Amino acid sequence: MSHLVIAPVIFPLIAATALLLTRRAVPLPARRLLNLGAVAVEVLLAALLVPSVAEGAILIHTLGNWPAPYGIVLVADRLSVWMLLITSLLAFFALLYAVRGTDAGSRHFHPLFQLQLFGLSGAFLTGDLFNLFVFFEVLLLASYGLLLHRGGPERTRAGLHFVALNLAGSTLFLFAVGTLYAMLGTLNMADLAVKAAAAPPENLGVMRAAGLLLFGVFALKAALVPLYLWLPAAYSATSAPVAALFAIMTKVGAYGILRVYTLIFGDQAGPLADLIEPWLLPLALTTMVVGSLGVLSAAELRRQVAYLVVVSVGLLLTAFGLGSGPSISAGLYYLAHTTFAAAALFLLADVIAMGRGDLQDRLDPGPVIANAKLIGGLFFVTAILVSGLPPLSGFLGKYLVLRAAAGTASMPWVLGIILTAGLLGVVALARTGSLLFYRAEAPPDAPPIVGPNWGRLMPVIGLLTLCLLLVVGAGVLTDYTRETAGQLLQPGNYIRAVLGDAPGD
Amino acid sequence: MEALIALIVGVLTACGVYLALRGRTFPLVLGLTLLSYAVNLFLFVTGRLTVALPAVISEEAAGYADPLPQALVLTAIVISFGMTAFLIMLALKARAELGTDHVDGQRGGSGPR
Repeated sequence: MSHLVIAPVIFPLIAATALLLTRRAVPLPARRLLNLGAVAVEVLLAALLVPSVAEGAILIHTLGNWPAPYGIVLVADRLSVWMLLITSLLAFFALLYAVRGTDAGSRHFHPLFQLQLFGLSGAFLTGDLFNLFVFFEVLLLASYGLLLHRGGPERTRAGLHFVALNLAGSTLFLFAVGTLYAMLGTLNMADLAVKAAAAPPENLGVMRAAGLLLFGVFALKAALVPLYLWLPAAYSATSAPVAALFAIMTKVGAYGILRVYTLIFGDQAGPLADLIEPWLLPLALTTMVVGSLGVLSAAELRRQVAYLVVVSVGLLLTAFGLGSGPSISAGLYYLAHTTFAAAALFLLADVIAMGRGDLQDRLDPGPVIANAKLIGGLFFVTAILVSGLPPLSGFLGKYLVLRAAAGTASMPWVLGIILTAGLLGVVALARTGSLLFYRAEAPPDAPPIVGPNWGRLMPVIGLLTLCLLLVVGAGVLTDYTRETAGQLLQPGNYIRAVLGDAPGD
Repeated sequence: MEALIALIVGVLTACGVYLALRGRTFPLVLGLTLLSYAVNLFLFVTGRLTVALPAVISEEAAGYADPLPQALVLTAIVISFGMTAFLIMLALKARAELGTDHVDGQRGGSGPR
């Protein structure tokens, strides 16, 4: 039993409580430092887990020392730690941007931010299906607060839709969990995998229904067609650092799909094996098509970025939907890239919107932005990243997915749609860039040129540096993701680690 | 008794879905509440229907009721209670800020009243 596994879950909770209790006593600058420090510690905690899981160990923490499957377990394998590390790094840069003024106006921004991280870490680490539901609710409730931060009619309307949809999703999740429990009598995911493989034939229909219901829930979180409509409104209406943090939210759904359908309904599940295979790939490809059309038709920059997130979800789930080791490995690499790149673009869109006065981020010709060369350069680099042109990490991720698709029966569709979506993305971003930076005209009463807003640009540059590191360290990282995919496709080790672990050792 | 419970869950779900699809926030809140009632009842009976059986160990018990669904449903009730309270506050905020109780914020929109 490893106690380090629970640290990434418990630490944000303590930090959130501390930030909540000190919300009146401690001045805002000190609380900003406190929160930044807490997120830095979370990055460190996730990094501390890496060496042990990278060698293939699966770390288990049994809560209250109750042995699985009776107690709740936290499980850290390669996938969980990969997600944790991405989340905490993303959160650090999103918060670095938020402390430049977004967090003012409500004392609860910082506690909510930590609670969001608490829910995310818990969801990635838990080994219990009902616990996964609880952590989903924790992260959703925190996200409602963050989404509505500083209010405004547009945000309220988007928030109302987001909350109502997710409440309906939670109900479906509970129905699915209840059905699985009624059929199998357990909620521990490793135990579910064992019991599902040995389910009596008369129960298979109901279990298939429960499995597909669960897929519906994860598809809603991941914004898969046809359940993606909430995303552009919610992401474009909220404040920039929150939208940047939400770049990981769709990946929670993708994580759920990957975890549940490789473990419980994986190849070993007998008649229930590959339950969602006929659905996932076509839906993911449709998501890319619909998202690309949204990218082309968006009239505001932030909405365009939100649609780019939809496209990236499509590509990510295409990689997972192909279901082979290399494709899952490529998907995991792409996941890291797209999270950082989308967050950088959200932050940059906010900087651009602030430089355009009343025009905000509407895609109409407008005034010259202060420091247009620097911001335009950053936009250029980010656009290359997001649209997947060489030589940056977007290209590498996309190339890995394409290579994994080669030789499969669905290759023509995958190849055609990924490349077309990439082209449409380039066209849309090139149009946006030229409109924002080339067709801009300096108004007669030109405002004085102010120095670069380094405080707001640093987080963007930080996220872009992470993407650069993804390219530089591609060899090491793809080794890691390849081993992760191998671990996921061999759930036997996971099951043995959870169920075979004697309590107290 | 199974048929009765199944019927209740079904009717609650149907009413919940119908109300949740309305265009005003008040029926929406009611609909989601009914859905959460339905799922709570459903969770409660996933441990099978039993009468007068203890959930904790007792010496003269002939059998046991499954205690886990009771714990699950307690968690689910608390969560849905909190979420409903949040949704009501949000609906009130939307009414105040958008000037209408239509879910899309359209004034006097074409949605059902």
